[in-house]
Amino acid sequence: MATVDDPRTIEFDVRTDEMLVNMGPQHPSTHGVLRLVLRTDGEVVSEITPHIGYLHRCAEKIGENLTPRQWIPYTDRMDYLAAMNMNLGWALTVEKLLKYGPPEKGRHLRVIISELGRIASHLVGMGAYGLDLGTFSPFLYAFREREKILDLFEEACGARLTYSYLTVGGATADLPPGWLQKCEAFLDELEPIVDEYHALLTTNAIFIKRTAGIGVMPQEMAIDFGTSGPVLRGSGVDHDLRRDGEETYTAMYDGYAFEVIVQKNGHYPKDHDYPAVPTEAVLGDCWHRFYVRMLELVQSIDLVRQAIDRYSRSEGSYGEPMKLNQKLPKGEVYLETEAPRGQMGFYIVSNGEAIPWRVRARSSSFCNLSVAPELCRSCLIADVPAIVGSLDIVMGEIDR
Amino acid sequence: MGAFFDQYLPTWLAYTLAGLIHVGLIINLVAVGALIFIWLERKISGRIQDRLGPTRVGGKFGWLQTLADGMKLLTKEDLMPEGADGFLFRIAPYVSFGASITAFIAIPFAGGDYPWIAQRVNTGVFFVIAVLGLEVFGVILAGYSSASKWSLFGAMREAAQVVSYEVPLGMCAVVPVLLAGSMDLVVIGDQQAGWFTNWFIFNDPATFITFWVYFTCATASVNRAPFDLAEAESELVAGFHTEYSGLRWSFFFMAEYGSMFSVSILASILFLGGWHGPIPIASLLHVDGTYFGNLLGCLNVLFKGTLGVAIMMWVRWTLPRLRIDQVMATCLKYCTPIAAVMFLGAALWQYALPGRNFFGLSRAPAAVYNVSEGWSAGANAAIEKSAPVETVNAESPTPVAVVLTQSNRGG
Repeated sequence: MATVDDPRTIEFDVRTDEMLVNMGPQHPSTHGVLRLVLRTDGEVVSEITPHIGYLHRCAEKIGENLTPRQWIPYTDRMDYLAAMNMNLGWALTVEKLLKYGPPEKGRHLRVIISELGRIASHLVGMGAYGLDLGTFSPFLYAFREREKILDLFEEACGARLTYSYLTVGGATADLPPGWLQKCEAFLDELEPIVDEYHALLTTNAIFIKRTAGIGVMPQEMAIDFGTSGPVLRGSGVDHDLRRDGEETYTAMYDGYAFEVIVQKNGHYPKDHDYPAVPTEAVLGDCWHRFYVRMLELVQSIDLVRQAIDRYSRSEGSYGEPMKLNQKLPKGEVYLETEAPRGQMGFYIVSNGEAIPWRVRARSSSFCNLSVAPELCRSCLIADVPAIVGSLDIVMGEIDR
Repeated sequence: MGAFFDQYLPTWLAYTLAGLIHVGLIINLVAVGALIFIWLERKISGRIQDRLGPTRVGGKFGWLQTLADGMKLLTKEDLMPEGADGFLFRIAPYVSFGASITAFIAIPFAGGDYPWIAQRVNTGVFFVIAVLGLEVFGVILAGYSSASKWSLFGAMREAAQVVSYEVPLGMCAVVPVLLAGSMDLVVIGDQQAGWFTNWFIFNDPATFITFWVYFTCATASVNRAPFDLAEAESELVAGFHTEYSGLRWSFFFMAEYGSMFSVSILASILFLGGWHGPIPIASLLHVDGTYFGNLLGCLNVLFKGTLGVAIMMWVRWTLPRLRIDQVMATCLKYCTPIAAVMFLGAALWQYALPGRNFFGLSRAPAAVYNVSEGWSAGANAAIEKSAPVETVNAESPTPVAVVLTQSNRGG
């Protein structure tokens, strides 16, 4: 395929043919079944086109045939790396429609569980990013710690990947006795290990070379493309739904002390404990997106600690799950929550029956992925996994 | 060895027999070496990654794991993509493997008067590096003939990378040659006899740096992480061997381990004293030059080579991969100039302080070649038959410059 349309220019512009290469849907570093069509000239990629839909399972349509509680297992399978946060997003949306929520104890339980889910998700994000850059070991370190979170989840709800634990009105069960101590022990263990991750990746000279200044996304672009989560904050936009979201969601974090992880005046909050931003890094590049995730990991550890404290002090019930076939009030609601990968929104239109009339989901990864073609203009082939990996997408959530 | 058999057999038969024995030993060294290294890599990567690695096959430690892997590869379906160039596709792994083995012909495993070497080449350094450079042809053929775009990318990367890294690699290898005054690996090794202070790596600051540059370039030229761009699994699926399966794939694998071993052994001979251990046990026991002394030397070489391979594995499982432009920049902007300057540095050291090393001691005792005992009477007689070794002890910068008038003495 010739690239030069006007044959007369060939005389002056000796170029090789461009090549179209399919990266995916079966490819080690496309995080599932993403297919990227690369237009390459040698090692230089001039254009990438993402093709999605290989994991489409009609989850939203199924949601229009099931009651809200029956649909919870389907939310598990959206962002399967942060299934707890998906459960939470859906549960809160239905609660917004029903206008009731869990009692105090259930609220803190949700913070514990969803922040642990965030830690697990960011651990995978970190490890998989290492894989994208060609180092295998951090991935296994990350999974070692994630395993322990999964053990905790398993103890709480019996499942390790698709939990269906947080449900409308609270959770399906209370935390088992002794769970909090185990969780605290795990957090104490995890916190020093984060330094190891920084040593292996964040401060590694080759890692910095591969990520700093690569895939730079300016603030305006991040906002224009509707990105969210660490991808948005990595570009320096101060936005976190846990603080800036709707009342229904932020009420969960009432009284919790946390700072949004975003670079202000060249500094991240509480970053003095952690490696300094390398001079090569530009705000909005892959390194910053990665670093925001790493700091959020620590932030979540802190939040879980606070939540454990509150949970153990609160009395009463953890919540009353809604009845399976409870009729929904007429109306429509939309609620976004801060999932590990960004703003996960659910939309319900109800005509007064037990089964919602319309269900839709807004995926954070979908919007985050939409920037990829913009970021991957005239980069090298090796940068494509680095950029797409830094967006930390999950195809289950994009395709639903 | 040919000379030894020549005592009892017709010449043509004697040398054929010696050749066959050498070939058998070398092939088995590479094959068994690869067997051990693959197991070692699994164990090392396992330990680095907080796993156990193989534990079951062969009883303890999974020491037979590689054999089990080999059996699996042997019984796998042999696939060739439609549209592949059949002949080139089939021949490519053997080109790589052949080049990787051939380098061992000129690598000595023990020195002295009766070096353990398949074929003594008086330009051994040059030969080994040149033959190792041939390995890239197999990779290019594989990438070209696979009819896969990923393979093609891998092959082009390999071509660019290996050809570039040959330059600083050669420059680094020239530094010990400069010190020894010979390109013969046996002579280079024997110049470093005695305590570890005589090793060329400790000869002067320049050689010390040269060693690390050499090791970096060697890692790059055998395609190991962080320079494993040709097979970059997160970018190019599996690079040049994407379409290979079964035994052919395993030949690429063995070639990789073979070349890792040979560049490590080369590093040990050029910089780390080769068959001379840090403590000259053989000469302290007065067994140097004997069969037992040579065995000790051989173990020394193998140990140092394995150590080099283990370090490459350690690096591989720790560091992320570089990008192609960064790999080329590392080579052309850093390794090549550093190697050139170090070459100059080593030459100046030789000029300013002839015969002195970093510790202020004199290097390479002349006694290296005064070995009284051979490992058999037959070999002694054979050596006497062949031309004598002429030792020139002139006031040249190198204290002992050994010129071999006839380099084809059988080991």
